[in-house]
This record gives sequence, C-alpha cells and structure tokens, in this order.
Amino acid sequence: MVVANATTGIASPLKCALSLSQGFQGSTRRLQWRKNERQCVKKAGHGVITAKFDLKPPPYPLDALEPHMSRETFEYHWGKHHRAYVDNLNKQIAGTELDGMTLEDIVVLTYNKGDLLPPFNNAAQVWNHDFFWESMKPSGGGKPAGELLDLINRDFGSFEEFVKEFKTAAATQFGSGWAWLVYKANRLEVGNAENPLPSDEDKKLVVVKSPNAVNPLVWDYFPLLTVDVWEHAYYLDYQNRRPDYLSIFMEKLVSWEAVSSRLDSAKARATEREREEERKKNEEEENGTANSEAVEMYLESDDAVSD
Amino acid sequence: MALRTLLTRKNLANSPMGMLGLRGLQTFSLPDLPYDYGTLEPAISGDIMQLHHQKHHQTYITNYNKALEQLDDAVAKGDASAVVKLQSAIKFNGGGHVNHSIFWKNLAPIREGGGEPPKSSLGWAIDNHFGSLEVLIQKMNAEGAALQGSGWVWLGVDKEFKRLVVETTANQDPLVTKGSNLVPLLGIDVWEHAYYLQYKNVRPDYLKNIWKVINWKYASEVYEKECP
Repeated sequence: MVVANATTGIASPLKCALSLSQGFQGSTRRLQWRKNERQCVKKAGHGVITAKFDLKPPPYPLDALEPHMSRETFEYHWGKHHRAYVDNLNKQIAGTELDGMTLEDIVVLTYNKGDLLPPFNNAAQVWNHDFFWESMKPSGGGKPAGELLDLINRDFGSFEEFVKEFKTAAATQFGSGWAWLVYKANRLEVGNAENPLPSDEDKKLVVVKSPNAVNPLVWDYFPLLTVDVWEHAYYLDYQNRRPDYLSIFMEKLVSWEAVSSRLDSAKARATEREREEERKKNEEEENGTANSEAVEMYLESDDAVSD
Repeated sequence: MALRTLLTRKNLANSPMGMLGLRGLQTFSLPDLPYDYGTLEPAISGDIMQLHHQKHHQTYITNYNKALEQLDDAVAKGDASAVVKLQSAIKFNGGGHVNHSIFWKNLAPIREGGGEPPKSSLGWAIDNHFGSLEVLIQKMNAEGAALQGSGWVWLGVDKEFKRLVVETTANQDPLVTKGSNLVPLLGIDVWEHAYYLQYKNVRPDYLKNIWKVINWKYASEVYEKECP
C-alpha cells in the first residue's frame, strides 16, 4: 500500500504485477524493487514499455516535520532535488543493461569499486533520499529501546556516546555527504583466511560518513539510519548552522522504529548470507570444485523477508 | 616583543595577515569586502553575501587557525602521525580561506565595473584560446552545473605554458591541487551555500547571473602579472 495523500499529490502510473509495501516500519528490504517485477509505464504515443523508478513520497505530509524541518525544505528537497535524481536516473538507464535491475543493484554496480560510472550519482541519491525520509517521523527523536538500545550500549558505551559520535561524523563530513549508523558483519576477508570463531560478537553497529552520493551499500554494510548533510538539506531552515540541524535531527526527528525494524532485517540478512556461504562451501567440498570466486554483486535472494 | 605590541588588532583589522603568535605563528583574520553586502543585487542577494562572508568564510578562518596551532604543536613535538592527521583539516579550512579570499575580489558591483568584459591581454587571450568570451562563459557554466556535490569552477592560467585553463575542484581544494603551475584568475563558488537562499536548486540560474558582477579588472591584473 503506497502512502500518499492530498498534500503530496502523487499520481500513480499504471502498475503491473507490482508489490510495493511501505510504511513507518519500511525497511530497506521491503522497499526494494523485486528483480522480476517492474512498474510498466506506457510511453505515450510510442507503445514502448520501459521499467522506471518512482519518486516515492515521504511517509508523512510535507509539513509534518515542522518546525524542525520546514514544508518549504521538503518542497525543494523532495520536490526538486529528489525528483531530479529520479528523472535523470530513469533517462540514464533507459534501454541499457541497468534497465530492469533493482535500485540497490544499480548502486553497487555503478559504484564500480570507486571508479564511478555516470548513473551512480543519481541512483545512489535516489536510494539515499528514500532512506532518509523514512529515517524520520513526526514527533520523532527520543531514545531507542530493546535490542537496538542494547547493541548501541554495547558498541558505543552509551546512547549519549553514540549520539556524540554520530553528530561528530555528520558535522565533520567536509563538503556534501551523509552520516550513517550501520550494522556491519565483521568478517575476515583476507585471501583464503576465515574468521575462526564467527559469532554475533563480530557483527556490530558502527558510525560511518560518506561523501556526495556514496552510501554504505557499496561497502557491503547494512544501513540503519542516515542524516543528509548536503547544504540543501538544512540551508533554508538552519543556514550555516549544521550542528543545530544535527541536534534537532537527533532530538526531534529520528524514527527509532524504522531503525529497529531495519536492524531486524539486517540481522536476518546477515544470518541468511552466512547460511548461503556455508551451504555453498559444503557443496563445493562435496563436488571437489575449485571454483570459489567471491560474489561481488550485492544480491538479493528471491525469498527475502517479506510481509 | 616590541614588534608584537606594534601589531595591534586594530591595525590588522583589514589585513588577512593577522597577528603573530608567541612562536611567530601567523594566524589569519577575515578580510573586509571592498563593497557592501547588498551591492551585488540582484545577481547575488545581500543575505547570501553576508552569511557567506561573516559565517562561512569566518568559520574556515577560525578552523584554519585552530588547525595551524595544532600543527605547530605537533611539529614542535615531532609527532609525525599527528602532523599527517591534520592535513585534511588544513587543506579544507585553509583552502576555504584561500578560495574565498579570491572570490570576494572576483566580484564587484556593476557601478564599479562588475560585469564589464575583460580588455587588453586577458581579453585577447580568452578570444584566442576559447574563441570568445561567450564560449568561455558557456564552458564554465556547463562545468559548474555538472559538478557533483560541492566545489569550485575556475578560470586559471598555467604560468609555465602561459595558457588559460578551465578547471573544477572539489570541496575547498584550491586550484593549485589540479596543477602546481596553475594560478587562479577567477573562481566561482558552486557550493550550495553560495546560492541556495536565492536560487534554491537552480544552480544554472546562479551561474548565468553571476557574470553580471564578475570583476574582470582583478582577473586581468593577475593575468598580466603572470603573462607580462
């Protein structure tokens, strides 16, 4: 069910065989475009069917985060910047091998190990902004609870320490970029070395920052929370006062429900991938094959967690 | 010490050179603009000019001074890893100070010559190298608009080959990071803070309009110095 309302005024194009679920608890997995499902849009007058990405509205009205993030900011940030990334990405991928791929696959592929291909900027920024809107909610902020809080305490010492580290990362990202809380599966990948004692302890929460459009998908991390520190994200409301914007973001805007839900998905994915790798390893040993080339693409499995 | 008492804050108010610290460490202060904030309107709003100068540029200077102090300390202690660690803060904040100091001189109110096309040797060099001033402007605008994230678009001169170049740099990297022989004649700030309050996401409009207040006199002076 797509959350849309009068203030956002999104018209839905023709959809065919589409499953798209979205909501306050939307996790990154659920928002993925499934590989074999497309939104079919007929190009007027040409009868050509192409797959394209949508500008998804935030899961709340554009004025719902006032006074912390103004409606005016949303009108430009979502209505112009995010929209342009979507439109330009669709133009760039039309008719190419990227057409029909999931957004996350496009991001990782066009990152190209740091030698960015042209669609990367648009693809990653589409993903980043979807993720950012969902990282916030009206009457947000406060503290997380449950397992998320436990992990934060474990990996940062305390919630306050985490907040400090997150705000510092966001404040010291020179130029444009993003700050992230991610879930990281800390595996040894040194030639044929293996982590001898893989356990839950190896998987941890980490704060990272990234420039321009780069996001932690390209490092194979699971993003849990982000804040946009491109100037367009805060200039109308805070001008140069990025630290004030960051404080308000933490105190009033963060959707800890979204972060918790993403953590659940991340843990499930991490476990699933470990099982996959274990299974593959056993298969290879049985078959006596020497083919153990590491999977470079960030794949989604067809039986991913769904709702 | 006698020298130090001569250098009062008041004397140095208009100088970007700043004061000499205890160990002779030179710190920096915000250079005054040679025009009022509102006099570049409507090309660039007075609000933007004031914020840009008093907040953004000042912050680069403050943080540059801080980084220099820490660097001085680290060098004195022989702490190599601290020295290396400070490089990004120095590049970023020092670059911010260098770039903005040039930028203020690149702009002038219309009644003080802003927008007047370059004459004499720079004008001729532009025509010779790019075909015309219009072509140069198109090129700089295209590169400025295409720049992802934050940065600058520059018209520079290669002082070794006496050749004009158009370059972009990311974040606050000075032009010299693109080539040690490159001297900046004219830089256009395409960080969002340079235009957002007025032009919002429409960077191309900002780029189109800024030419009305570009101070070609300064650019010519620098060019003639490098290419006499």
